[in-house]
Amino acid sequence: MERTQSKQPNEANQSELSAPSAEFEYALFVKKDCPTCALLEPVFEQLQQNLGPALAIFSQDDASFPSAVSNPIDDTALEHSYKAKIEFVPTLIKRQNGVESGRVYGWDKQQWREFTQFDALAADSSLPEFRPGCGSKTLEPGMEEQLQLRYEQDKLKARKLLANADDDLIETCYEKGWSDGLPVVPPTPIRVLRMLNATECAADEIIGLVPPDRAPCSVEKVAINAVLAGCTPEYFPVVLATVRAALQDPFCMHGLLCTTYFSSPVVIVNGPAARLIGMNSGINALGQGNRANATIGRALQLVIRNVGGGKPGGIDRATLGSPGKYTFCFSEDESEPSWNSLAMDQGFQRNDSVVSLFAGDGVQAVADQRSRTPESLIGTLSRSLRNVCHNKLFLTADALLILCHEHRRIFMEAGWSKQDVKTALFDALRTPGKDIIRGAGGITEGMPESFADKDVDKFRKQGLHILCAGGKAGFFSAIVGGWAASGERGSQLVSQQITMN
Amino acid sequence: MDKTITLLDPTAELEAPDRTLLPRLGSLEGKTIGLLDISKPRGKEFLDEVERQLLALGLDLEIKRYQKPTFTRVAPLQLVQQISVDCDALIEGLAD
Repeated sequence: MERTQSKQPNEANQSELSAPSAEFEYALFVKKDCPTCALLEPVFEQLQQNLGPALAIFSQDDASFPSAVSNPIDDTALEHSYKAKIEFVPTLIKRQNGVESGRVYGWDKQQWREFTQFDALAADSSLPEFRPGCGSKTLEPGMEEQLQLRYEQDKLKARKLLANADDDLIETCYEKGWSDGLPVVPPTPIRVLRMLNATECAADEIIGLVPPDRAPCSVEKVAINAVLAGCTPEYFPVVLATVRAALQDPFCMHGLLCTTYFSSPVVIVNGPAARLIGMNSGINALGQGNRANATIGRALQLVIRNVGGGKPGGIDRATLGSPGKYTFCFSEDESEPSWNSLAMDQGFQRNDSVVSLFAGDGVQAVADQRSRTPESLIGTLSRSLRNVCHNKLFLTADALLILCHEHRRIFMEAGWSKQDVKTALFDALRTPGKDIIRGAGGITEGMPESFADKDVDKFRKQGLHILCAGGKAGFFSAIVGGWAASGERGSQLVSQQITMN
Repeated sequence: MDKTITLLDPTAELEAPDRTLLPRLGSLEGKTIGLLDISKPRGKEFLDEVERQLLALGLDLEIKRYQKPTFTRVAPLQLVQQISVDCDALIEGLAD
């Protein structure tokens, strides 16, 4: 018996409902402060007389209520109410074999009679047929989080570090080396629990090995870093998908982190999720000012830093790096149904929520305010694209071409699809090898001599990705050059579907 | 003032791995030395020179050459195993 009792605390956390006795079939949750509960005292008494020990009555605010029944269970600590996810009082729960099979709440005489299979319930009283209940005490402002902290903290497995409450916790986080240089949000248990609430994934699920240390990364560790980054819980499904994408082998996060080159993950979100969490795909889409854009990209960088151990000057050997290594995350403008989104180019449907990662550098401007024909604009775009990585290095770095609305409109009004644009750019960029080999034009850098007699594409076949973002005004598109080790030998664009709750 | 605030560790909680070095070779005499090209530009030239200088020592040693498919990824397990079987020591041309 003792052994059984000693197991109960653990088991209780797994069960739908814990109670002093596992024998009861009905659980009733009440609150003295609720006028409906007070009104129903005679009903509770009648139920207890009829059901006997098969009914357990939990009182949320006064252990002596209902006074008409014997031995109400003191639930002023709200443990039972919280674990049973009570939203209203009164709530009556039916259990079969220890598992909930149904519940009713508020007061509906006929419904309660059917639910309890007790036709005489409230037969002699003048009780109304119907009376709404009140909110459960567990849902009072701020209460749910306190209860979660009290009763669910055991699902947090991360090492707990105690800080002096008088200390500046932001400075504490700096001292521990958790910051990318900007202040981080101190990862308290309640904040991490809120983050974990935003996913169906188990906190201890390992989502992969994070480079460069190849450290196993749990959902909880992602949540802690999402807190540090300043994410709200509603962003967390997107953050999780982003980290999962970064851990896909074709993305080659290990090499990307180690490289002396500029590149780091550029995060592009497509589909309903981007709109639901209020991401910016419009004015200043690549810039500051939107919390989701800012913190989702940052959360990935902090996972790499803190879980993977990838720190500048350590394994991160970037010569210059890029501001995007703080965060580079935006959503695509999908307002034009005739143009496929980046996610659709990767085989997803328009209604799928998808995050794509590209190993990219900074933003290279393409200004063209005079072109009004696709042909002229292709000329401008191709000349700019030729400079990705190096004017004479072809088939080396991939690129993102982020068309602004004004530029895309020129193509659309001429009836060009995205594929038409891509084909025209490849044609315009194809260059005789003799012009780009090493030494050509008096420049030592260039392609190997073996390309001299070939016509060479600037990008490998899957190496140019076209998407749309930005404000409605301005003839300014952007190129994001890719890593100099793009493609199979290095990094390829990867996509990951987002599971929204 | 016993007020404390709990913070959750965002790191992988890795203690510094206590890796002990393999015993050092007392001499290269009679040993097999691997030279690993990680596929960075001009790695071959660098390792050719290393090989030339090793052979110039005039010792009884064997040189074996290896290459990673790409510098961006860790070496394939098969290659790591092959080197560990073949060689007494390895010299890696790490970067350009």
